[in-house]
Amino acid sequence: MSWILILEQTLNGLQFGLMLFLLAAGLTLVFGIMDMINLAHGSLYMVGAYLMAACVQATGSFVWGLVLAVAGTALIGMALEVALLRRLYQRDHLTQVLATFALILIANELVRLVFGSQPVLLNTPAALSGPVDLLPGLSYSSYRLLIIAVGMAVAVLLYVLVAKTRTGMLVRAGASNREMATAMGVNIRTLFTIVFGVGAALCAIAGAMLGPILAVQVGMGENILILAFVVIVIGGIGSIRGALVGSLLVGIVDTIGRTLLPVLFREFLPPAYASNLGPAVASILIYVLMAAVLFWKPQGLFPARG
Amino acid sequence: MRKNMIALAVLALVAAGAQAADRVKVGFVSTLSGPQGAPGIDSRDGFQLAVKMLGGKLGDLPVEVLVADDQFNPEAGKQVVERFVKRDRVDFVTGIIYSNVLLAAGPTAFEAKVPYVSSNAGPSQLAGSGCNPYFVSAAWQNDGSHEASGQYATNKGFKTVYLLAPNYPAGKDALTGFKRFYQGKVVDEVYPKLGQLDFAAELAQVRAAKPDAVYAFMPGGMGVNFIKQYVAAGLSKDIQLVLPGFSADEDTIKAVGEPMLGLFNPAHWSPDLDNAENKRFVAAFEKEYGRIPSAYAAQGFDAALMMDGAIRAMKGKIEDRDALMRALKTGKYRSVRGDYKMNNNGFPIQTYYLRVVGKDAQGRIVNKTIGTVFTNHGDAYAKDCKLK
Repeated sequence: MSWILILEQTLNGLQFGLMLFLLAAGLTLVFGIMDMINLAHGSLYMVGAYLMAACVQATGSFVWGLVLAVAGTALIGMALEVALLRRLYQRDHLTQVLATFALILIANELVRLVFGSQPVLLNTPAALSGPVDLLPGLSYSSYRLLIIAVGMAVAVLLYVLVAKTRTGMLVRAGASNREMATAMGVNIRTLFTIVFGVGAALCAIAGAMLGPILAVQVGMGENILILAFVVIVIGGIGSIRGALVGSLLVGIVDTIGRTLLPVLFREFLPPAYASNLGPAVASILIYVLMAAVLFWKPQGLFPARG
Repeated sequence: MRKNMIALAVLALVAAGAQAADRVKVGFVSTLSGPQGAPGIDSRDGFQLAVKMLGGKLGDLPVEVLVADDQFNPEAGKQVVERFVKRDRVDFVTGIIYSNVLLAAGPTAFEAKVPYVSSNAGPSQLAGSGCNPYFVSAAWQNDGSHEASGQYATNKGFKTVYLLAPNYPAGKDALTGFKRFYQGKVVDEVYPKLGQLDFAAELAQVRAAKPDAVYAFMPGGMGVNFIKQYVAAGLSKDIQLVLPGFSADEDTIKAVGEPMLGLFNPAHWSPDLDNAENKRFVAAFEKEYGRIPSAYAAQGFDAALMMDGAIRAMKGKIEDRDALMRALKTGKYRSVRGDYKMNNNGFPIQTYYLRVVGKDAQGRIVNKTIGTVFTNHGDAYAKDCKLK
């Protein structure tokens, strides 16, 4: 168990956690402020990745592709909110789940219609396809370092937006007590649309950055959506700080678990079993963590309300 | 009067059923979507090209090919084969790429005594004691390419090797096969989840273990991501990556590109194999589809040719299923691999070549044959199969 391994796995966990944060932040705001369970959040992530692939093909530039994809997804998100999701705020959670689940299916089929069922090729920019020598003996993928940098930059930006601007203050007010905020004269409709648009933009950044590492394919949002829900439950609904802490926790626990558990199991079991059990138990570990947090702090680690 | 009418109707139906078949129906089920879909699409294209080149006929009988997607899901594959066998009443089933789907769907065809001609999947379960008289392979037994890789690793003198394969039957077969012929030390064996696309954690462990070489069996989309991430993590500088032919084939080359140059991979077929049938196939495939065929396409092509040879040998009377199976297993057909023999369990006994990824005369990235690893190589399970 070398230091290099631990350091590399920590970086991996950080990268994974920060991308998860981008999804969880949007999700927790929508859930916290509008009190709406939005299962279609994963579909916005998928749309972001597909738009990125299409824009990179069209413009030949990674940066332009990213800008266009984020803008496009934000617009789609806001249009969706105005046209459809607005009507769901008054309804109960079950209706929202059913409606947004239908949206997932529709989004998947629309994407399949436009782009086909084969995954779309999205490559890392040529300059970032190689490794960077961080330490003697540790070269890390330069693209993953970029992901970590982007994730941290967005986290800081979000913090500034929410803590230091007027809109951010309105968002926090809406998150902690929606009825009171409405009663105080906050223009809730516009606020909601903006919050949804920002959430969609965050999803798009995650989708666009992760696209070259994973595969840009139909249904790619579903797995990460489940993890995002786990994160916001751990972190506390409506709290961005909770989303950050929760996602970093989940990222690091998952990655380090996948490293340490097989090693631990290998002390007692033959290699085929240890390699099976290790990752299986490591993936359960996140849910065990969620159960433990809920047991001690049912509202999550940093609840926004009360 | 009524009784006579019924008797006449029954007679007519029986008579209709008793004539020799005047057409052949083939059920082609494969993985045609998702990140694991590229091999299936290649296989289908190879099969349909063969049918086209034979004038829309197999064995001089007009053929109807029904194509369906198993979506890389064993349950879905099983339902498709059930539909083929029960509703569509096909004469052959073929096409499945992935062993987990075949192990679930194959028995449906076997029980209905419908011949299954494998155009890729060849799990050990169907090669040894579980062998079935209604199964024949136009491709390979899963272990083959891996055994050749193990032999190559031994020949090359790698003292320590790190092994990776997905956690499913073909993955397990892969590493078992490799270890059968590799004489050095296996540092570790890791089985990531099937369909996993991010290998950061596994690659960190490879780096920490410092082996001489890494042997990874990663089919389809998993392979594309693995190779890209392997090179991006800087591991390709110090630790040689060895892949079985299937992980370094045209579908992966198209998606990965330059980082693959110089990768050694043993396989039982290569686009530059020097025989007339193969040259014709590769030229026709490039003309029809605008891309270089992969081994999956070659196997799809061979499956059609194998069916064609058998139907011809039976002179079109394919209702006698047992005789048809014998014709499939013993018949000679002009394979793109050249001549090869069949084993008692329905699997081929064939040559494995050493290939390296390089550039052809037009600067395209292709596999080139540079040597032979095994000649007349059968599989290790045939002795456990009770069939003759």
